Amino acid sequence: MTKGFVPERRPRGAAFIIAAGLAGLAGVLLWDAAGLKQDGGYAGVGPADVPRMIAYGLLILSVGTVIAGIRGDLPRPPRQAPAPLLWILGGLGAQLALLHVLGFVLSGAILFGCTARGFGKKPLWRGLLIGLVLAVVIYGLFDRVLRLNLPGGPLEHLIFGG
Amino acid sequence: MDSFSLLLQGLETALQPMILLYALVGVVLGTAVGVLPGIGPALTVALLLPVTYGLDPAGSLIMFAGIYYGGMYGGSTTSILLNTPGESASIVTAIEGNQMARQGRGGPALATAAIGSFVAGLIATLLLAFLAPQVVKLALSLGPREYFALMVLAFVTVSATFGDSTLRGLTSLFIGLALACVGIDGLTGAARLTFGVPQLMDGIETTTLAVALFAIGEALGVAAMTGPADRLHRVTGRVSMTAQDWKRSWKAWLRGTFIGFPIGSMPAGGADVASFLSYATERKLTKHPEEFGHGAIEGVAGPEAANNAAAAGTLVPLLTLGLPTTATAAIMLAGFQQFGLQPGPLLFITNAELVWGLIASLLIANVMLVVLNLPLIGLWIKLLSIPRPWLYGGILLFATLGTIGVNPSPIELGMLILFGLMGYGMRLYGYPVAPVVVGLILGPMAEQQLRRALSIAQGDWQTLVSTPVSAILLTVSVLLIVVPMVLRLMGRGKVLAAVAGDTD
Repeated sequence: MTKGFVPERRPRGAAFIIAAGLAGLAGVLLWDAAGLKQDGGYAGVGPADVPRMIAYGLLILSVGTVIAGIRGDLPRPPRQAPAPLLWILGGLGAQLALLHVLGFVLSGAILFGCTARGFGKKPLWRGLLIGLVLAVVIYGLFDRVLRLNLPGGPLEHLIFGG
Repeated sequence: MDSFSLLLQGLETALQPMILLYALVGVVLGTAVGVLPGIGPALTVALLLPVTYGLDPAGSLIMFAGIYYGGMYGGSTTSILLNTPGESASIVTAIEGNQMARQGRGGPALATAAIGSFVAGLIATLLLAFLAPQVVKLALSLGPREYFALMVLAFVTVSATFGDSTLRGLTSLFIGLALACVGIDGLTGAARLTFGVPQLMDGIETTTLAVALFAIGEALGVAAMTGPADRLHRVTGRVSMTAQDWKRSWKAWLRGTFIGFPIGSMPAGGADVASFLSYATERKLTKHPEEFGHGAIEGVAGPEAANNAAAAGTLVPLLTLGLPTTATAAIMLAGFQQFGLQPGPLLFITNAELVWGLIASLLIANVMLVVLNLPLIGLWIKLLSIPRPWLYGGILLFATLGTIGVNPSPIELGMLILFGLMGYGMRLYGYPVAPVVVGLILGPMAEQQLRRALSIAQGDWQTLVSTPVSAILLTVSVLLIVVPMVLRLMGRGKVLAAVAGDTD
C-alpha cells in the first residue's frame, strides 16, 4: 500500500467479497431447503420455510452490502501482520490434527507455544515448555478433579496412570 | 410478602456450606478471568462454562452466577488501569477512570467502581427478586405470537438499534439465524443443513460459537495488529475514598442503578446503553463540569453502577421469559439448557428452589465481591502484568479445552477454528459479534413460536398482529430499525455509534 491521499469514498473490494459470501450462504440455505419435504401441517409453514425466509433476508443484505461497497461505506481495517496469524492458525490446526494421537497435553502445549510465538515470544521451545506445564495442570484439574473427559495420549498415561 | 419469603427460602439454600463454596469459587474465577485485558463478561462466562460441567445443576448455576458478577467487577478494573476496556459496557468507565489513573487517582477510581457496583448489584438483585414473580404472572398470559413478537424485538435491539451501521448489525444477526437452522428441526424432526454429518444433527453449540468469535477472533485480531500496546497505569496510594469522593459518588451510584436496571430488564439493549446514558446524566447534573474528560469521579461511579444494575436487569427477561437480550445472557441460557432446564415462567414453578437459590446467591456473591476486591485489588492488578504471549496462549488453550471437553471430535474443533476466522474478519470490517450469538440461540426458539402461532391460527399470518401486545411489540421493532437509519442518514449517528455494543 502506498502512503498518501486515499479518497474516503472509494469502492471497496472487500464489500464485494462479503456480499458474495452472504449470497453464497443464502444459496446453501435455499439449496438445502429445496431438498426438504414440505410438511407444513396446520401452520402452512414447514421446516423449509424459515430457512428460505432467512435466505431471502441474506440476499437483501448482500445487495445492501454491494451498495455500501460502491459508496465506500465500510470501515477501512488497519494494516494487518500476516505472520502472527499463521502461527496461531498453525497451532490450532496442529492441535486439531494431533489431539487424538498425542493427547490433550502435548497438542495443547503445541498450541500454546505457537500462540506465544505468534505474539512475538522467542524462542519457540520455551513457549512449548511453559505450555506443557500449563497443559499438565489443566489436564489434572479438569480430567481428574472436575471429571471432564479429555482425550489422553501416551504422556497422560505416563503421568496420571491409565 | 410472597417474594420476600421465597427469597428467604432461597437464602437458606444459598447459605449451605457447599453452595457458598461454589459461589466463592465462581466469584474468584470470574474476577480473575474478567480482569484480564480483552476478556469481557461474555467470554468469561463462555470460557468458564466447562468448569461447571461436572457439578450438579444447583451448584453449577450458582457458580455461574458468581462468575457473571465477578466478570463484571473484573472488567472495570481493566478499563481503569489500562485504556482497553475488557467489555463494551466499561468503555464509558474507561473515559474518566483512565484519566483518574493517569493523575495518580487510580485508587479512588477503583474504590468508587467497586463500591458502586456493590450498591447497584444489591439494589438491582433485590429489584429482580421482587419484579420476577410479577413478570412470571404476566408471562403466563402470553401466547406464542406474543413470544414471537418479543423475540423479534430482542433481535432488533441487539443488532440494529445501536452501533454504527444497521446494515452490518442485521447482517451479523442473519448469519446467526442461518447458523441456527443447522440441525434437527424441533417440530418435524427434519434434518436441516447437516450435509450427512452426524455431529451437525444437534446443531451448532452456542459455547463453541461464542468462544470462537470472542476468544479466537480477538486473539487473531490482537496478534495481527501492528500498533504499540497500551500501557498499564500503576496504582499509587490506597484503594480508598476521601469524604469528598463519597459525597460526590453516592448520588451517582443511585442514579446509575435506577437508570441501569430498567434498561437491562427490558429487551432494549444491554449494559452498554445503560452506562452510556448514566454518563450523559452525570455530565449534565455535575457541579464540576470542568473535570469531565479529565477524571471526574461521578463519571466512574454512575456508569459502573448502571453497568452492574443492567447486568442484574438482564436476568429478569432471561429467568422469567427465557429471553436472552445480550451475548452474556445467551451463553447463560446455554448453561441452563445443558442441564435440561428451560428458563421461563415454568422454571419458577417446577424448580422454584433452584431459581430462588440462584437469586439469593447473587446477593451473596455481591457481598463476597466487595470483600474480595477492596483489599485484594493489588493481587488482581498483578494479573494485568502477565505478558501478552503467555496470556493469549493460555486463553486459546482454555478456549479449545471447553470445546474438547464437550465433544472431542475434529469436526467440533474445526468449527471452532472456522468461526474464529469468521470472528476475526467481522472484527476487521466492523461487524458486531454479539448478534450472531443471540441469533444462534434465539433463532430456533423464535421459529418454534412462529410456527406454533401459525398452527393455532391455521396458517393465517394476520394472527401475528391480532392482539394489542404483539402488534405493539412488532410496531416498536419496526420503528427501532427505521428511526436509527433515518438518524444516521441525517448525520446524527454519532450518538448511536458511541453506544455500539461490541462485546455484550
